Amino acid sequence: MSFIRKPLNRRSILRAGAMGGAALATPTIFTSKVWSQTYLNEPTGAEVTFGFNVPQTGAYADEGADELRAYQLAVKHLNGEGDGGMLNTFSSKALTGQGVNGKKVAFVTGDTQTKSDAARASAKRMIEKDGAIMITGGSSSGVAIAVQSLCQEAGVIFMAGLTHSNDTTGKDKRANGFRHFFNTEMSGAALAPVLKNAYGTDRKAYHLTADYTWGWSQEGSIKKYTEDMGWETVAAVRTPLGAGDFSQYITPVLNSGADVLVLNHYGKDMVNSLTQAVQFGLRDKQVNGKQFEIIVPLYSRLMAQGAGENVKGIFGSTNWHWSLQDEGSKAFVKSFGQEYGFPPSQAAHTCYVQAILYADAAQRAGSFMPSAVGESLEGFEFEGMGNGPTLYRAADHQCFKDVLVVKGKENPSSQFDLLEVVEVTPRAQVEYPADMLGGELGNFNNGV
Amino acid sequence: MDVILLQLLNGLDKGGAYALIALGLTLIFGTLGVVNFAHGALFMLGAFCAVSFHEILNIEMVAIDPEKTTAWGTPLEIRTPYVETYLGDFGHWMLNYSVPVSILLAIPVMLLVGFVMERGLIKHFYNRPHADQILVTFGLAIVLQEIIKTVFGANPIPQTAPQTVRGAADIGAALGFDPGVIVYPYWRMVYLGFAAAVIGAVFAFLKFTTFGMVVRAGMADRDTVGLLGINIERRFTIVFAIAAVVAGLAGVMYTPILPPDYHMGMDFLVLSFVVVVVGGMGSLPGAVAAGFLLGILQSFASMNEVKAILPGIDQIIIYLVAVVILLVRPRGLLGRKGVMES
Repeated sequence: MSFIRKPLNRRSILRAGAMGGAALATPTIFTSKVWSQTYLNEPTGAEVTFGFNVPQTGAYADEGADELRAYQLAVKHLNGEGDGGMLNTFSSKALTGQGVNGKKVAFVTGDTQTKSDAARASAKRMIEKDGAIMITGGSSSGVAIAVQSLCQEAGVIFMAGLTHSNDTTGKDKRANGFRHFFNTEMSGAALAPVLKNAYGTDRKAYHLTADYTWGWSQEGSIKKYTEDMGWETVAAVRTPLGAGDFSQYITPVLNSGADVLVLNHYGKDMVNSLTQAVQFGLRDKQVNGKQFEIIVPLYSRLMAQGAGENVKGIFGSTNWHWSLQDEGSKAFVKSFGQEYGFPPSQAAHTCYVQAILYADAAQRAGSFMPSAVGESLEGFEFEGMGNGPTLYRAADHQCFKDVLVVKGKENPSSQFDLLEVVEVTPRAQVEYPADMLGGELGNFNNGV
Repeated sequence: MDVILLQLLNGLDKGGAYALIALGLTLIFGTLGVVNFAHGALFMLGAFCAVSFHEILNIEMVAIDPEKTTAWGTPLEIRTPYVETYLGDFGHWMLNYSVPVSILLAIPVMLLVGFVMERGLIKHFYNRPHADQILVTFGLAIVLQEIIKTVFGANPIPQTAPQTVRGAADIGAALGFDPGVIVYPYWRMVYLGFAAAVIGAVFAFLKFTTFGMVVRAGMADRDTVGLLGINIERRFTIVFAIAAVVAGLAGVMYTPILPPDYHMGMDFLVLSFVVVVVGGMGSLPGAVAAGFLLGILQSFASMNEVKAILPGIDQIIIYLVAVVILLVRPRGLLGRKGVMES
């Protein structure tokens, strides 16, 4: 009797070798990082890394610093440190202060410099070198659109920071990108009824508009809503970004027949143009038998501080304000104020909320896979984050919530108390059809 | 007509700022032969002298209101500036007039800054190529910017003109136009007058003093003045400090027009260099004339009527005029032969 029934030949040796190799290799095939990683930067250790991409230098450095403070606070709360902030008021109770999906949250930061190229480079570095599972932050629509596009190509989720242009969740929307901040369409819809009540329907408006994507978007929305209520647009003049002295653009307003000046400017441009418009006595003028008025459609507290007393009595809109008295806002202001000694800006608020929303979505999905997190965010309805009942609309990844109309305060009690909320515009009033702003979301990209 | 008058006024006050910065640039180039890219930063430092002075006056006495708390739960602080507490009406007056009064702080500070810059850095680059001078002064400007940003933050810090000159004057009514047709801020008129006074003072100093005569001789022929036994270098150091003061004062008085931030110097620097080139390298009257000329042209190019025919002309007019002038008069409007020519 022989155990070898057939003589060994080359074919049988090759067959036996292949079978043996496969048997030996089986465990490593299933445990190998390459084969087991089902999405880019899948965390394997005890930590998961978030990437905070904010302007740390350049004109929006102060706003970026406030965003970073908010992110650091969010990380503390996610990891169970501090008083928990808005985790205590958030309607979703998936997060328990034990990190996310059992992993402690760590973070890396990048400097956008408020330049698209620099922002993309820092986001790329955080994704490729630091292994960031997601990217969030920013203070400009141009930057947000550029980084959102990069995150879509790379295969990570992008939670936009302060970006107000319609295009971010309109013609430039991407499946991997999500925006909590409101947009110019919502500003127009919220402001128009308040302006109608305050200034009537027979007005002639003159627009000064920053000559870039956000300015055009803002001008278009405000024109649309004010013309719908009967206002006439006398002129819409584009001004170069960072013009500094706007006097040559303001003086033609004096004799244009306009009785309202709309400043579609943000940041330093808004501070300068508003200051100079007030210096030229526009607010003391009577035109067409009416008091001349100035409107700043997008306000921020940091800008209001720059413009000083010139903001008094001027209407605008904002995403959130620290004086709100709902439980979520109070919890956040308390937490932020005790940590840093002053109230948070709207940029800080939206960034904090975005970090928490991402973490919550990942926790509910039980995974950091972009498609799983994205699907968890799509159509998600929540409360307790400072803006009333809020919906992350699945069709365009835009948050829909109440919008605040604010006015420069006549008698501020401190350097932070510059704006007063005159109206909380209900969410239903600022909603619009998902296909109105164009663009295609496409599919989620998981990066592998 | 009213629109033309308004744009003319706009151009004059803008031109005043350009002329003041360009005057200092030209003084430095004409005397030391240095292309000073940090000159815009000196304008910015002057503006922050006004900010610093205002913040010093605003140092506050903090009292705690035990019955009230902030929105984040800490006791409410009641803040009152010390100058108002201890100096009463005079303290209030000081706060109101902090911008013009801060000139008293800006003059010694800018003299010192100019002196330290020239002795500590610039003098080591006198005999180096212009490219080296540009690189080192540009680097210095960035360093100064970053220091200011670290100390004061990136946001603009508003400064207000004194209450009495805060509104706008109805110039049109005085000239026979309908009321309210030509209004112009009082402070811009103050700035225009101030710019004219400083420019006049610098010219008078150079024209009617022995020191000025020596400096002008040095600008014309440095070697010969040296051979006469005059320490021209020391005088040129003083000229550098004077140029720093001129830029600084321009910055101080500009703060109510443009809330200062760390980047404001760079915004003016490029335009001021164009002014110097158009006026003629090393020509003081040329710098002043070109400053006002380009300021006025920039204002007229921004008129809606002009932009309707030539869209975007307001953003390129200065460079377009510079190209045309350099093609027609390669040495600029009032440039001298031999300056920056091999």
